[in-house]
Amino acid sequence: MGKQAAAIAGLTEWAPKRVWDEPMFTMEACARLAAEVLADAEVDKGEVDGLVINGLRESPMFAPSALAEFLGIRSNFNEVVDLGGATPAGMVWRAAAAIEVGVCETVLVFCPSVPAPPQPGANGGPMKMKMGAYMGGEVWGSPQGQFEIPAGLVAATPSFAMAAQRYMAAYGVSEETLAKVAVDSRYNAQANPLAVFYGKPITVDDVMSSRYVADPLKLLEIVMPCYGGSAVLVTTAERAARGPHRPVYVSGYGEHLTHKSITYAPDIVDTPIRLAADRAFAMAGVSPDAVDMASMYDCYTITVLLTIEDAGFCPKGEGGRFIDEHSLRYDGDWPLNTHGGQLGMGQAGLGGGMSHITEAVRQVQGRAGERQVPNCDIAYANGTGGMLAEQVALILEGA
Amino acid sequence: MVHFAADGRPLPTPTPITAPYFDGLREHRLVLQRCPRHGYFFYPRGRCPVCLGDDWEWGELSGRGTVYSFTVDRAGHDPALASRIPFAIALVDLDEGPRLVGNMMDCAVDDITVGMAVEAAYEDVDDTTLLAFRPAG
Repeated sequence: MGKQAAAIAGLTEWAPKRVWDEPMFTMEACARLAAEVLADAEVDKGEVDGLVINGLRESPMFAPSALAEFLGIRSNFNEVVDLGGATPAGMVWRAAAAIEVGVCETVLVFCPSVPAPPQPGANGGPMKMKMGAYMGGEVWGSPQGQFEIPAGLVAATPSFAMAAQRYMAAYGVSEETLAKVAVDSRYNAQANPLAVFYGKPITVDDVMSSRYVADPLKLLEIVMPCYGGSAVLVTTAERAARGPHRPVYVSGYGEHLTHKSITYAPDIVDTPIRLAADRAFAMAGVSPDAVDMASMYDCYTITVLLTIEDAGFCPKGEGGRFIDEHSLRYDGDWPLNTHGGQLGMGQAGLGGGMSHITEAVRQVQGRAGERQVPNCDIAYANGTGGMLAEQVALILEGA
Repeated sequence: MVHFAADGRPLPTPTPITAPYFDGLREHRLVLQRCPRHGYFFYPRGRCPVCLGDDWEWGELSGRGTVYSFTVDRAGHDPALASRIPFAIALVDLDEGPRLVGNMMDCAVDDITVGMAVEAAYEDVDDTTLLAFRPAG
């Protein structure tokens, strides 16, 4: 029996887009997300007494208080989470834990990722997604700035490529097998009108003939950075039971990290996912074979292979065979990332990581439409941050 | 922190703690800190990352090691390095233990393999020397 104190009661999610034509301040985006998620959960704003964010562009300091003031919320739990792609999963368990210990009852979890209105004097023009390649590592005293950046080990792709390279040398997975992850994700995206690649299926040949970006990873094995946003509402199980949707218990969770730069990972093909997932499954009191659908962070194809293994769905070294032997499609025998994953839906900043949670919630609530997995009661959702660094695993269970 | 070479390449800005490492590179020597209990560690810092002891000493290493993994950047993830693509980035396990990162020199990018034996190489750029690796001679 897992934890049943807190449940996800509502969600909202915007379609990821390469170019965002409706610039918004982060606080304005949060207000819109709040209105939408409260409507979805049929919860009054006055019931909200917790806020979880990743930060606030308009208030780099004192971010939670700035948001509480902006939204008109009297808040008892105020958290800023900084775990890269694992942030959304980390936000959800922190909210659930805070509810369980009784410091708050109803928490809004925000993942906005939209451009601000153009600053007076700054250049206008269309706002395309751009992320600084150094990701803050250039500051004075940063080890990353002294050792990784001068070697060209920047952004994320080269780090994940080194994990894939090491994995191939150690276990011999083929590039075609990794390509299948991207192909099945795209298949799922064809059933998700929010997906950036809706209407654009691909084949293994397409992936194999796409250009190498960082060996052995090719263009179609890499997420498309987008703008977007999402939010979920976490509340007490009792309050969730009075809502319009099936409550989704946050019944188990785990978190683990050891390093920032991939250079210092203890083992780049035996990841922190293992300890995070082990704790989550133990807390929930379920085993991996009880999972009805999996929602795995998929910044790259290799991330999915490593997650399948390290979360315990198959032994180390057999992930390639597992991928070959199972259909990862929403109508297949092992439904994975039924929304298309970030590979198929697009990576809307933090919303990309949250998409794995919103989709798991939709599936457990039985509102995934065309891509609904029958009798979906237990979902595994996880987040991978940074360079296979931050790991958060969640077990989400229907009431 | 980084600063930029005349050709735009990002270079490390040493700190008071890391300076002896970079001074060693400028002399084409690989020197790292060695904890009396836990051996060499990387990157330089004030205390051993295993025991947090501060009784380490600088020592010179052989520079020999093996490629733990590598990739070839063919896209120019750092726009400042776009003119250098394709270039290889390797994680190298030194014979003395620590794992370091550096570019591969004197070797076609398609000839690099996981497990290959390498040795330290030194690339002088302006007033800085970068650690790189080449196939072991």
